Amino acid sequence: MTTSTTATTSATSSSTTPPASRGGASTDLGHKARGRAFKDQLARVVMWGAFLLALVPLVWILWTVGSKGYHLLLDAQWWGNSQRGITARREGGGAVHAIQGTLIQGLTTALISVPIGILTAIYLVEYGRGRLAKVVSFMVDILTGVPSIVAGLFIYALWVTTFKFQRVGFAVCLALVLLMIPVVVRSTEEMLKLVPNELREASYALGVPKWKTIMRVVLPTAFSGIVTGVLLGLARVMGETAPLLILGPYTKSIANDLFGGLMPTLPTMINQDRTESLQPAVDRMWAAALTLILLVLLLNIAGRVVSRFGSVKK
Amino acid sequence: MSSVTGVSLADETPGPHGSAPLSGDGAGTGRLGDRLFGGAAKGAGIFVIALVTLVGVFLLWQAIPAIANDKASFLTSREWSVNDSNNLRFGIVELLWTTVTASAIAMLIAVPVGVAVALFITQYAPTWLSRPAASLIDLLAAVPSIVFGIWGLRTFGPVFEPVQNFLRDHLGWIPLFSDANISGGSTILFVGIVLAIMVLPIVTALSREVFAQTPITHREGALALGATKWEMIRISVLPFGKPGVISAAMLGLGRALGETIAVTIILSTLPDGAKWTFSLLNGGETFASRIANNAAEFDTPQKAGAFIAAGLVLFILTFVVNAIARIVIDRRKAFSE
Amino acid sequence: MKIQRFGLLASVAVVGSLALTACGSDNNTGATAGGSSSGGSSSSDCPTGTLNAEGSSAQKNAIDEAISAFQDTCSGATINYNPTGSGAGIKQFLAGQVDFAGSDSALKTTEKDGKIEADEAAKFCGSPAWNLPMVTGPIAVSYNVKGVDKLVLTPEVIANIFNGKVTTWNDASIAKINSGVTLPSEPIKVFFRSDESGTTENFTKYLNAAAPSAWTAEPAKAWTGKGEGKEKSAGVAGAVKSTEGGITYAEWSYAKDNQLGIAQIDNGAGAVELNGETVGKAIATAKADGEGNDLRLKLDYATKEAGAYPINLVTYEIVCSKGKDAAKSKLTKAFLKSFASKETQASLEEIGYAPLPDEVRTKVAAAIDALS
Repeated sequence: MTTSTTATTSATSSSTTPPASRGGASTDLGHKARGRAFKDQLARVVMWGAFLLALVPLVWILWTVGSKGYHLLLDAQWWGNSQRGITARREGGGAVHAIQGTLIQGLTTALISVPIGILTAIYLVEYGRGRLAKVVSFMVDILTGVPSIVAGLFIYALWVTTFKFQRVGFAVCLALVLLMIPVVVRSTEEMLKLVPNELREASYALGVPKWKTIMRVVLPTAFSGIVTGVLLGLARVMGETAPLLILGPYTKSIANDLFGGLMPTLPTMINQDRTESLQPAVDRMWAAALTLILLVLLLNIAGRVVSRFGSVKK
Repeated sequence: MSSVTGVSLADETPGPHGSAPLSGDGAGTGRLGDRLFGGAAKGAGIFVIALVTLVGVFLLWQAIPAIANDKASFLTSREWSVNDSNNLRFGIVELLWTTVTASAIAMLIAVPVGVAVALFITQYAPTWLSRPAASLIDLLAAVPSIVFGIWGLRTFGPVFEPVQNFLRDHLGWIPLFSDANISGGSTILFVGIVLAIMVLPIVTALSREVFAQTPITHREGALALGATKWEMIRISVLPFGKPGVISAAMLGLGRALGETIAVTIILSTLPDGAKWTFSLLNGGETFASRIANNAAEFDTPQKAGAFIAAGLVLFILTFVVNAIARIVIDRRKAFSE
Repeated sequence: MKIQRFGLLASVAVVGSLALTACGSDNNTGATAGGSSSGGSSSSDCPTGTLNAEGSSAQKNAIDEAISAFQDTCSGATINYNPTGSGAGIKQFLAGQVDFAGSDSALKTTEKDGKIEADEAAKFCGSPAWNLPMVTGPIAVSYNVKGVDKLVLTPEVIANIFNGKVTTWNDASIAKINSGVTLPSEPIKVFFRSDESGTTENFTKYLNAAAPSAWTAEPAKAWTGKGEGKEKSAGVAGAVKSTEGGITYAEWSYAKDNQLGIAQIDNGAGAVELNGETVGKAIATAKADGEGNDLRLKLDYATKEAGAYPINLVTYEIVCSKGKDAAKSKLTKAFLKSFASKETQASLEEIGYAPLPDEVRTKVAAAIDALS
């Protein structure tokens, strides 16, 4: 089914049938050629096989979560109500409190980490020379390696043990910031490096100051790539659970105040309901998982759409 | 090809009135806007340094008293009893074993499959398929890890159990597969497989990128010499992509080592003083899952310190792995220019 | 001026999520409540505000029920309970993170780490902290063995199973006390709580008290026996459900919810089945202990009384006797009062808990009245 397309695509696939197999001047050579052709076919089968194998868990997970969780999502209550007053043995209630919490925390995390991340990337690519830049780059590497649970521990020690504050939604955001900054820095850095230097030099030649060049030329050129990186980073922190185990106790009521008490999120909702063995709670767990996957997927798709419209022109 | 950074030749040339060459933000004009913006960028960089220093200092500050009070050997002991602060006895060797083995299993599966999938996407897939195929694999990265955890425990685990029983019954004479009396779907082997699925998209995405960058001349050269497609891949694409694959594997490994919630949900823990075994069909705890299992109960500084010490080791471990990945990537860049 | 797109994108995101957060309802009481408008929140029994509590997971289902009932009558009040574990509850209480803590054991009066828990709490509160026993519930020794519906175990046998000395179901010691039951020869798979838990502590307290020669380990929140660890009660109960030959200890409700077999316990006066009556009998013998309004409930684990189920746990609410915040202590008082009321306590029976004996309940109610 694919031979015609493959043949017309590119130079790489111009010889899907190995030329050697057409030769075969002597029987010995022909024998060898057949062996080579066999290996070639085998490799093709292995590659297809690997791809199909990789799809198995994806389809399986989406199917499991989808089939077990979809029926609650079809209920308007799911998108309109919280879990207030709903115990594990009762059906009903919704996830709106958790969805709102996840969105608010994600947005706040992004608002803090995106400027820091982009500025750091700008520093590394546009300004950074010498020792300091090397140290910054090194530190970003270390930050990449901070396990999410350690980030949670750190903020707990800072926020609760040292400053004696209450555990609030904002503390969770701070832990997530720690995880999001390196993602934003690295993706922005890659994108800024793709901006051709000629653009910068042309701008300088016109007498535009460096900061304006960066703001008006470099950043807009890399815009879509940066947005994609931000959205992917956001998707990652929204699904993060480990810091929430320490910092973000759950509540069943709607709580949208970042600084006033507990804030429910989808991961904590899943985490709470998975410790129940009663069917209504188990159903809600799968439904919350499906909601979280959909939310993260939406961000990923948005990221891809943005990157499709106007990638860096080379 | 254009150069890769904002460094400009103008930065190094002397100024118009014989002033010294500009250094640092060389292209800046020294006007207020430039100074503010450059300062902000530099400030962000310094903020990151401060942040990491703070995390590091905090980890050390909390961990050192506990390690100093440790009556057992921190690096070689299998004990973990931290409830009596006058008699702290804890060591990381078991955590290290579980963490490293589970991650190694994940790598053994994810790297070959990931590379094959990357090759499929870049070399074998028909054009109409290659983009959607890449997006599909990327979708796996969009599944939150807590979902991997509950899916692994409740859905995949029971399916995997017969496989595990087969290994135990037929290969039990190999120490790696000896019976450890742990129920199916809760073992190191199984966690390794779930981790493999979780890191597969990372390995695939990076490998795909480097394979796609194989110079067309290399590939066409190989084909022109009469190589089959597979031979072309073996002699041009794979050698070119090797550093990229290594760094992809390292980044995936970093993720696998630090994964918390999925491991906590799936892996069965062992009681204190359980017999030591090399079996992959055993339970255990990784650094991250032990912290998560006990995070709620850090009621004394000494006890918390012991767990934070474990966190510190994990931090160092992932850092080393990530650093290796970066070194390999940088080297590739240096060579490919 | 493409840079404006950054701002545009950000504002779209902000506006979008604000729009999303504007809607959403906390009212899950259904149509009936909508009509009758149960929010008589101005009455003195119904203060408004939010309380955060944290602690024992053993009492989670009970307090959830109590919260749900309380919030139904007082729509202006919100009470959050996070079942993170007893130790965590006390830790957060001392750190001022929660308004009261739920714990499976009363505040310790002995020194640990140079600190005495009860004194620390008193220091934090500025007044003595009180332990109020609120929920009692049985721990079920739950098993999954095909074809075995009725299983009798003695404390010694339980101890030997959980410390790994008895490894197969047809072991002579089990067979001896279960004549007439065909026991399979399969291995016993023991599951324990991998997190530190008050349930583990109470279960080992029982083993230590009822079978001191077989169970020598000091009772503790962390498991000291053998087996395979699973997270939380739902984890162990779920593992037994899916593992042939599995056995574990878990709160009654989890054993019931998972339809596990529940062993009858023979403390020396005949096998006792786990049901409301036998638990009630055991709890009724519990003695209130402690000074004044600081109540502790002492269970006799080694009880030889016929028809009393011996493995129970008592969970407490730990509160400051004089609250720091007048509004919050008013709400705490109102909620605890409703929790300790006869109706709420009676309603807990069907979800696997035992009501407080009347004598204890009146003492608790008096203590709650004395809170300020």
